[in-house]
Amino acid sequence: MENYAVEMIDITKAFPGVLANDRVRLAVRQGEVHAVLGENGAGKSTLMSVLYGLYEADSGSIRIRGHDARIRNPNDAAELGIGMVFQHFKLVRDYTVTENIILGSEPRTRFGHVDLAGAERRVAGLSATYGLAVDPRSRIEDLGVGAQQRVEILKTLYREADILILDEPTAVLTPQEVDELMAVIARLKSEGKTVILITHKLREIKAAADRCTVLRRGKTVGTVDVAAAREEDLAEMMVGRAVNFKVDKEPANPGRPVLEIEGLTVRGSRGNDAVRGLSLTVSAGEIVGLAGVDGNGQSELVRALAGLDKPTAGTIRLNGRDITHASVRERIEQGMAHVPEDRHRHGLVLGMRLDENLALKTFHKAPFSNRCGALDFKAIAANADRLIAQFDVRAGKGPATKTEDMSGGNQQKAIIARELDLSPDLLVVAQPTRGLDVGAIEYIHERIVAERDKGRAVLLVSFELDEVMALCDRIAAISRGSIVGEVAAADADERFVGAMMAGVQPEEYRTTSGKRTARG
Amino acid sequence: MARIDRAARGPDSAVRSRSLDAFHFLDIFAASDARMSVLVVLLGFLAGTLIILAVGRNPGGMFAALLQAMTGWDLTRGVWNIRYVGEWLAISTPLILTGLSMGFAARAGLFNIGAEGQYIVGLTIAQFAALYLPQIPVVQVVLAVALAAAGAAVWGGIVGWLKARFNASEVVATIMLNYIAFFLSRWVTMAIPGANTYKTPNLPQSAQLDAGFLQRLTNGSNLNYGFFIAIASVIAFWWIMEHTRTGFALRATGMNRDAALASGIKAERSAVTSMAIAGAFAGLAGAIVALGSFGYGRVLSGFDNYGFNGIAVALVGNSTGFGVGIAGLLFGLLASAQPLMQSRGIPKEITLIISGLVVVFVSLRAGFRMLLAWRRRAALAVMATKAESETVQGEIDA
Ligand SMILES: Nc1ncnc2c1ncn2[C@@H]1O[C@H](COP(=O)(O)OP(=O)(O)OP(=O)(O)O)[C@@H](O)[C@H]1O
Ligand SMILES: [Mg+2]
Repeated sequence: MENYAVEMIDITKAFPGVLANDRVRLAVRQGEVHAVLGENGAGKSTLMSVLYGLYEADSGSIRIRGHDARIRNPNDAAELGIGMVFQHFKLVRDYTVTENIILGSEPRTRFGHVDLAGAERRVAGLSATYGLAVDPRSRIEDLGVGAQQRVEILKTLYREADILILDEPTAVLTPQEVDELMAVIARLKSEGKTVILITHKLREIKAAADRCTVLRRGKTVGTVDVAAAREEDLAEMMVGRAVNFKVDKEPANPGRPVLEIEGLTVRGSRGNDAVRGLSLTVSAGEIVGLAGVDGNGQSELVRALAGLDKPTAGTIRLNGRDITHASVRERIEQGMAHVPEDRHRHGLVLGMRLDENLALKTFHKAPFSNRCGALDFKAIAANADRLIAQFDVRAGKGPATKTEDMSGGNQQKAIIARELDLSPDLLVVAQPTRGLDVGAIEYIHERIVAERDKGRAVLLVSFELDEVMALCDRIAAISRGSIVGEVAAADADERFVGAMMAGVQPEEYRTTSGKRTARG
Repeated sequence: MARIDRAARGPDSAVRSRSLDAFHFLDIFAASDARMSVLVVLLGFLAGTLIILAVGRNPGGMFAALLQAMTGWDLTRGVWNIRYVGEWLAISTPLILTGLSMGFAARAGLFNIGAEGQYIVGLTIAQFAALYLPQIPVVQVVLAVALAAAGAAVWGGIVGWLKARFNASEVVATIMLNYIAFFLSRWVTMAIPGANTYKTPNLPQSAQLDAGFLQRLTNGSNLNYGFFIAIASVIAFWWIMEHTRTGFALRATGMNRDAALASGIKAERSAVTSMAIAGAFAGLAGAIVALGSFGYGRVLSGFDNYGFNGIAVALVGNSTGFGVGIAGLLFGLLASAQPLMQSRGIPKEITLIISGLVVVFVSLRAGFRMLLAWRRRAALAVMATKAESETVQGEIDA
């Protein structure tokens, strides 16, 4: 008999309108890294929530280390040594790392002085053991996303979890941070921990996981040994058809300039100039990729383009018209669409229905509003039905689904559907495929290329060098708030773009190339 | 990114220590707002019953009083007088309207403590209109009500404008404007020729909301056309909020201001619009009290408190049009049952206790989260003790 850490047997969980898990089986061996793969809305997060006690399954059973377990709430899970790291961290911002980690463990009342130093020592110990570099005394608000995630992992380890669930941990990380996390996972494994890893990135599964269970539409498709499976096989198992990883596109045919940015300066949240005198032009019929390491002014640039931040200097022109100080709605009316980086903050009103969110930018106009300002709900729902079908957005109750009840990837698809449907002259997209499954990414890429072929201008901001390289016609590297260099995608290789992202001028790279190691 | 998967919104182990499991059942009825309200009201009455038992009285008296206030049936004497029903509806009318005021702003994400001030502005303008406008039947009263609503809308709108223009807190602004409205009202009303320190000359009949047929129908109660204004307002609230693009923009702003802004909705304009409409509702309440209850204009000697009670009504009514309508009727029922309880030997304070408890229970849903946050902090101190004892263990492990 094999030694299983977790066995989930015939787990079924229904939500109104959807069977999120339909007799799902998952068996995780002791000490392995087990990936869970599946399309957006396949039921991965639901399954993990059942394991962690957030939802109770309608039927099915769970065995932990060979013993039947009833997990009714996260406390039960914690007692069984199960820890979970959510995509959205739950840390108290003005507490230190250590305070956050010890917060909320079972209080055993024995009175004594507050010995944070002892806890700090233990946190430091754990952090050294697992290569989770954080200073136990820093405040959460001063930490980046990657470090916050390490704190979450430390928190589970502090509680002596030996089965760790990581739900899409890499979706929020920059490529370097992903590498670091992969190293941490390897460390966890070598220390005997069992890790369940949810990710849409096949490369990460190949790099980190021993076995992989694939879900499709709430059902288990099967479990495979990762070493024996190619990325293509995994993708096909998951979506049920062959997936095209290459973006098929003809060479670009750039026309007149659509977006012209000149000398733009935008103040960042810390009062410094996050964007400094940046100039960039995007023409009709081309996709320009903005490549750069996170925190080099991309977010501020996009926010200024969208009209959410006021630039302190410079101009933005759209179709030749100065829109530097135009309102958000004027920008939309003049043909700008924007897929924001932070989908929950800027992209969706989570408490509203899917059809309302799909009309969030157009509800005030015909056909959604009549002249007297009354809404036409039939038109709003019909619009949603059309986009749901076109973009394969999966939502339990169709147009009436509250967006907060939708899976993360489907929320993202909804935003992209809304923005692409504006058929804008200029499409500004930030991290468009974060959290999307490979099938959805393929479709979104096709649609972006189709927009380009219709003569639209596209500005793509992505931390994924792969995505930038595959999709863009021209690549502009941003570093410390300015454009360091631009190259045609055809002439660029990863090392070259990586070097530019690090701030090296293209000419400089060409003369020194070979001697220099490009590192993003 | 701030991506919250389904799972991420559930409670996590860090927050839930064993002692908090007692709160788990709260989650169940916190799930639906309407269910929560019904349960909360039942709990309030249950608590009221227990308190009456505790002070050694018969809770039957309370229910008999409530029944009489609602239907006019007097069980003890076996007589029926429909006047009680009229009084109940009349008392509920301003409560419904101030509840709508509070609720409307709340839906747009604003906390309108200013319904009291807007109510006073409406009341004062209505009184002036009654005394100074030409005394044409129907026309005068309609004008008076409309002017009251418009004036209160401006009063509320100012707050929205301050918020939009200077990002001034609407809470502070409304509280200040409440006092300004109060003293301004006293000052201008006392300046009316013939007014003394508590009342003006009598208002003309053409400016009164009295409806003869309603009085006949309800055996001479105070019920007047104001009740129809309240019903129309409930419908208007629902229609504006759910069926117009203005309401769409307000709801979006209230639920996620950043996303609303990013979608081209002008949150500043939403603030002004919602506060103006909220003000209009409160102003209607003022006009109805001014033109329906007394035959004369009043120099206010204190707050009437309808505005403040509106906060409770909106809370229990979940800030939806019909919810507020029903909640207003409930609070009106408690108010109109008060004297009837007293006559049955039930302390009248019981109704205050019940409405207070209902509000406390409703607030518990929000308070529940605050409680959790507070527990976290409290737990930290205790936790450190534990951490200390575990450090030793941890160091052995490591
Ligand atoms: N609380 C809920 N209420 C209603 N439906 C829900 C709820 N949680 C999840 N669902 C639905 O269950 C299905 C599975 O969702 P789940 O979040 O498990 O997907 P997922 O595999 O994690 O997807 P993704 O890759 O997009 O994160 C989806 O159709 C989703 O809409
Ligand atoms: Mg998920």
